[in-house]
Amino acid sequence: MAKRPQPRFPEPHTEPFWEGAQQGELRYQRCNEDCDDPVVFYPRHHCPACGSDDLDWHVSAGEGTVYTFSVVRQNRMPGFIDLGAYSVAYVDLDEGFRMMSSVVGVDDPTTDISIGQRVRVEFEEQEEGDYPIPVFRPIEED
Amino acid sequence: MAQERQAAIVGIHEYPLRVAPGVSAMNVKVDSIRAALDDAGLKWSDIDAIYDAQDGEAGGGLQLAAYLGLRPTVLDTTQVGGSSYEFQAAHAMRDIAAGKCNVAVLSYGSTSASNRVAIGTGGRGGPATWATNMETPYGATLIANYAMVKQRHMFEYGSTDEQFAGISVATRHHAMRNPEAVKAMTDLQFVGVNEITPQDVLDSRIVADPLHLLECCMISDGGGALIIASADVARGCKKPPVWLIGAGEATKYRENGGDITTSAGAQSGPIAFGEAGVSPDEIDIAMIYDSFTITVAVCLEDLGFCPKGEVGAYVEGGRLAFDSGEGPALNTDGGGLSSNHPGMRGIFLLLEGARQLRGESTSQVPDASLAVAHGNGGLLGGTHTGGTVILAKD
Repeated sequence: MAKRPQPRFPEPHTEPFWEGAQQGELRYQRCNEDCDDPVVFYPRHHCPACGSDDLDWHVSAGEGTVYTFSVVRQNRMPGFIDLGAYSVAYVDLDEGFRMMSSVVGVDDPTTDISIGQRVRVEFEEQEEGDYPIPVFRPIEED
Repeated sequence: MAQERQAAIVGIHEYPLRVAPGVSAMNVKVDSIRAALDDAGLKWSDIDAIYDAQDGEAGGGLQLAAYLGLRPTVLDTTQVGGSSYEFQAAHAMRDIAAGKCNVAVLSYGSTSASNRVAIGTGGRGGPATWATNMETPYGATLIANYAMVKQRHMFEYGSTDEQFAGISVATRHHAMRNPEAVKAMTDLQFVGVNEITPQDVLDSRIVADPLHLLECCMISDGGGALIIASADVARGCKKPPVWLIGAGEATKYRENGGDITTSAGAQSGPIAFGEAGVSPDEIDIAMIYDSFTITVAVCLEDLGFCPKGEVGAYVEGGRLAFDSGEGPALNTDGGGLSSNHPGMRGIFLLLEGARQLRGESTSQVPDASLAVAHGNGGLLGGTHTGGTVILAKD
């Protein structure tokens, strides 16, 4: 089972996001003002486009596109030392937010991940800690 | 319009060792400040402004003033990672122009190599924040953040590993002419202390796809110091002044739908060149923070040396070598890739830029008259800063 580092609390901005992960929801915020750029992510207390504090939480459908990625071959952090090569990616969710994550479930991350690839979120249980971590798996094409 | 020439680099020193066991970072700073004052022909008590990036064991600027035994009228503790020194040079320019001080000191000391700090491949510590809680679970090393920029650049513009490797090759060419860089690579036990080919870069192991080992900077000890003085003081110094004629500062960060291949330099560069009244094609020396090849590539584009996406073709053919006859000459001291990178390289960009404009470089470009120093701090591809400073020969 995965041994990723857990988010740590108290941290008021990100707590609703991680409570969502516990319920299998990928949450993001939207600004309720008449705002040019209403999608807010990473979680915040204000809209970075207009400064408003009138934000609501929404649930993403969990599908998106790989914007870019790397495969990490060397990491001295506990939890990653023994993992072998693993991916780190920015995923553009269809609702318009970009999140850092990992693309999992491929045979070889050095060859089987590509920019533009369609991916879907899943919540990866961890060996320790209360929070499953949202990661992405390529969507099988028919 | 005539350039404003109100502040100049008048004293420089780069700490010669990259492996300095038993030495403290504060020692490196103070030894470097003393040597830079000697270089300028100024004395300890002439210093009336301290700029400090909060490095050294004692903590930030207030402690440095106490340690040095000085009571400056300006104390600036700007800490924006590797670009701290470009930001500080910009602040020293305007503080001197405003009459707040006459002799400013910038200093750096680090023992990253002796302390075995895993800068590129370790985790980030500190308290949980709105940003770390969203990233820490994914194990994105510092290098991975830069690698993701290279991946996207190659995808979007068709740039190639061979083209990026040319940046490593040019830098090593310069390092082999710099005895301190050769000693650095020897002391840090580089596999080969010699000139390299693009194929050598491609054959080196991948640390984080698509970045190879020879595209990554070293982790060294080291430091240095820089004295910036008013025009009146500069005229009485031992060496010809190197004028600060333009500066720009900027930040950039991950944004929904943003372009990861454009850095903060796209904002800081035009401000600096505009203030200086010069254009990139007039620049002889490009001192650009080479944490990785991709950092140089993106910043060359963002500073306006070539259009966005075209850096691959721009660097092909070896124009970045000091003896190419084309220019600009890149990182003529050997850069962070092959000479000196204790963690915040920004000060060395200014030091080598000044050496070139004095005619003192080990890879001297004949008649070099204009240099740009561009520092990138933080994480390219994530939250980062860009500080651009234009330097001119007297």
